Amino acid sequence: MNPARKRKLRLVVALSAAVVLASALIYTSFSAASPALSPSQLLHEAQSGRSYQVTGTVVKGSVHREGAVLDFSVADRAGSGAVALAYTGTVPDPFHEGREVIVTVQRQGTRFVGERNSLITKCPSKYKSAPPSENQGS
Amino acid sequence: MAGLGYACLLLALAVCVYGIGASIYGVRTGRPEFTASGRRSMYALAGVLTAAFAVLEVAFLSNDFAFNTVADTSSRTTPGLYRAAAVWSSQEGSLLLWAWLMSIWSSLALFLTRRRLRDIAGYATAILLGFGAFFVSLMVFYANPFVTTTPAPAEGQGLDPLLRFPTMMIHPPMLYSGYTLCIVPLAFGMGALLARRLDADWIRAIRRFSFAAWLFLGAGILLGARWSYAELGWGGYWGWDAVENASLMPWLTGTAFLHSLMIQEKRGMLKVWNVSLALATGTLAIMGTFLVRSGVLNSIHAFGGQTLGVPFVILIGILIAGSIYLVVSRREMLRSEHRLDSLLSRESIFLANNVVLVGLCFVIFWGTYFPLISEALTGHEASVGPPWFDRYTVPLALMLVFLSGIGPLIAWRRATLANARRNFLAPLAIAFATLLGLELAGGAHKPLAVTMFCCAAFVLGSVGQEFVRGTRARRAMAGEASPRALLALMRRNRRRYGGYIAHVGMAVLFVGVAASSSFQHATELGLSPGQSARVGAYTVRYVRPTATVTPRYDAAHTGSTLSLGALLDVTKGGPRGPHVATLNPSEGYYASQDPSQGTVGSLIGGQAVSHVAMDAGITRDVWTAIQPDIEAPALKRIVELGNRTLPAQDAVVAIGVLAKTYLEHPPQAQFHLIDSPLVMWIWLGGMIVVGGGLIAIWPAPSAVRRRASVRARARAVRGLARA
Amino acid sequence: MGLLIVLLTLLLVGAVVVVVSAPLRAARAGAPELSSSGGDHAAGPLQLERLEQLEAAREAKYRELRDLELDFRTGKLSRADYEATDAQLRAEAIAILDRLDRVQAGEASLRTRGA
Repeated sequence: MNPARKRKLRLVVALSAAVVLASALIYTSFSAASPALSPSQLLHEAQSGRSYQVTGTVVKGSVHREGAVLDFSVADRAGSGAVALAYTGTVPDPFHEGREVIVTVQRQGTRFVGERNSLITKCPSKYKSAPPSENQGS
Repeated sequence: MAGLGYACLLLALAVCVYGIGASIYGVRTGRPEFTASGRRSMYALAGVLTAAFAVLEVAFLSNDFAFNTVADTSSRTTPGLYRAAAVWSSQEGSLLLWAWLMSIWSSLALFLTRRRLRDIAGYATAILLGFGAFFVSLMVFYANPFVTTTPAPAEGQGLDPLLRFPTMMIHPPMLYSGYTLCIVPLAFGMGALLARRLDADWIRAIRRFSFAAWLFLGAGILLGARWSYAELGWGGYWGWDAVENASLMPWLTGTAFLHSLMIQEKRGMLKVWNVSLALATGTLAIMGTFLVRSGVLNSIHAFGGQTLGVPFVILIGILIAGSIYLVVSRREMLRSEHRLDSLLSRESIFLANNVVLVGLCFVIFWGTYFPLISEALTGHEASVGPPWFDRYTVPLALMLVFLSGIGPLIAWRRATLANARRNFLAPLAIAFATLLGLELAGGAHKPLAVTMFCCAAFVLGSVGQEFVRGTRARRAMAGEASPRALLALMRRNRRRYGGYIAHVGMAVLFVGVAASSSFQHATELGLSPGQSARVGAYTVRYVRPTATVTPRYDAAHTGSTLSLGALLDVTKGGPRGPHVATLNPSEGYYASQDPSQGTVGSLIGGQAVSHVAMDAGITRDVWTAIQPDIEAPALKRIVELGNRTLPAQDAVVAIGVLAKTYLEHPPQAQFHLIDSPLVMWIWLGGMIVVGGGLIAIWPAPSAVRRRASVRARARAVRGLARA
Repeated sequence: MGLLIVLLTLLLVGAVVVVVSAPLRAARAGAPELSSSGGDHAAGPLQLERLEQLEAAREAKYRELRDLELDFRTGKLSRADYEATDAQLRAEAIAILDRLDRVQAGEASLRTRGA
């Protein structure tokens, strides 16, 4: 086989391998992913045994700690639906009533249980742009 | 003064627009005075943005709360150094920092290439000024750092206590320097494509900038990991969070670029790779900048309104479309000057390295942007977690380490098979010995970690062999004693041996990652004073509670009002084992500006920050964090009573009572304890990588270069005469 | 305060205009060398770049030769392979040196002609 054909063959083999691996990757990502839902969606759509990622705001007055378990409720950003859940694991420092959190939960019967160490609290919004109506630097 | 700052921004925008026009006009019409004027526009931009940045800094340092950004992120009680750094803790201030750093590095790059690369530099100037215009426009129209409020508030909100750590304050400037330095190769790469001059000139011009980008970005990433581990209360250094990934991706393509540009300089190969990697790195850097402030992905850092998202998406779209178009339309000119001589050559190892790094970047890209991808494809947003990332990045990381061990054993161009086989013997033997040792020590149940250790041993063996043989060769050639020979060897072959050291550093770093991930022991439990817990090879005993009340400054100089903690006694083995360390983890409670919490409640109702205490050692870290029960009924009663009866100026008295009560009747506190092996190897490995990189990039003193050049010329002539 | 800001702004604008327009003013004044400082104007910037490219190619070739020797001495190549590649690299180096000589000679003759 002359060098040019050998090179072409190498390229084809390499690209095919890349495509196969990428396909495997892409396929498994869809099956391994947990759907991201808001609390109201979670109440309606969650099935027992599957993991879901819920994003929302911690409801004021709902935070309650009993030993290793932290109970709190998460509401939609708009404030409509709220889900109560029980969470064990590390609680990030910024965790506070009124803050936005992301937590992976599973439905167990009528309750929602947070997966261990899956609680993420968004850093409080420091990056907010000033509305253009305020006086521009005078 | 805010007026001056805003005027600077407007002037900056005008300068950018002019400079873009002048540079392009100069290149198109072949009139160097216009390209020179365009280049000077970049210098002018740097000057004007420096003035704007100075105005903002002065406002922060002088507590000018008329400035909205100062009022939002600083306060009189924020310690001095953090006030200076608070400039970049807000959206507006961080955009200014980005633009300013970009103008500085771009000015430097254009200055260094002012006499060469005519056309390329002209186009690059226009592109760099284009980025300047983009970021300055964002500030002028959407996120103005110089907005003021009259009358000025008397006190500011204060810097978020989570940021009041030295690592967290240098992390943004480091990271931004990395990102903005990534833009320089992108601009020159695009310039080379536009000017249709795709030989190694542009590569030579930006080599040092690519290295600097790689260095700063890497340092920024490590600092972020260190902050996460040492300051945040979760005890981990990497969570595959979207923002962490966003900074890692350009670093990966940047590393690939650093390697493959060497091949183009040497042999004129991999031109398509190089130009694509330069463009990809710059684009990924912009995407990283975008991700942190757009709120488009759920992540710890996802701030910001959607107002900034749209302009960024447009910019990224232009970059991607433009890059693809340019590369495809110039593909004839990107043909290699030489072909790969043999698969058994160092060039092909470099190529494999490129492939693995890009593969790693692709995996991380897919996982990070998956919520957007799945929403676009299926209508439902879904996300993948750390286990998915680990599953695909670990094998690729193993391949990377292994490749870095093979490289030193193979010659450039075409290696002799028999010699190569022989060279593998010693490193492979060391790897197998490591495998045996680990199996005997009981590591069989963690195959991935063991494989990483063996790969690292292979790298160490291979690099060690190179140093030994190289020193021996030098001694044979120049008759020097071993230590001098070693130094001379390294001085005269910086790229090779600096690179070897950097690879050793990576191996050490990965060993640290593998060990601390696979062999970690962690416990989370509640303890009362006197109780102890077993974690890994250690026993931790809760001796007694601690409490400090400092209305203005606490011992850590971060300004918390109240700090509750515990004194912990760590012993090796059982409770009566040898004493290892005494640790004092605590939780700091900061004031909030929320009057609805009451006079006492607002003193401690703000951010709570965990102060981790650890005993760091070369073989393991003992890491402890505490979460006191501040909501305990007894303590809550004191706060409520204080809220009802004490005015604001006396409220701190209640805090004192709170502290006293905590000391006398401490409620059970939640503890997070970790025994993590070899964590320090991560930081040490990082430092070795930096050292190796610096050696590789350090210019040979010109005298040495001239001597080597003259000698080589003589040899070349003599050699051919002999032939 | 307002007056101070206006004055500072005007100063800044003035400085920017002066810096940015310097090459344009110099070109209008008729000076042939602007962006490149004094030097080989007879040779022209294109010639200079050609020279730089060849010098860089020469340095790269020397580095290849050194790397090859180090590869041989650290046992990655057999003597036969080393000598074969060494001869090839030296030939390539000679070719570059020849081209460099020609460019430098051409430039020198240009300069003597111009003087």
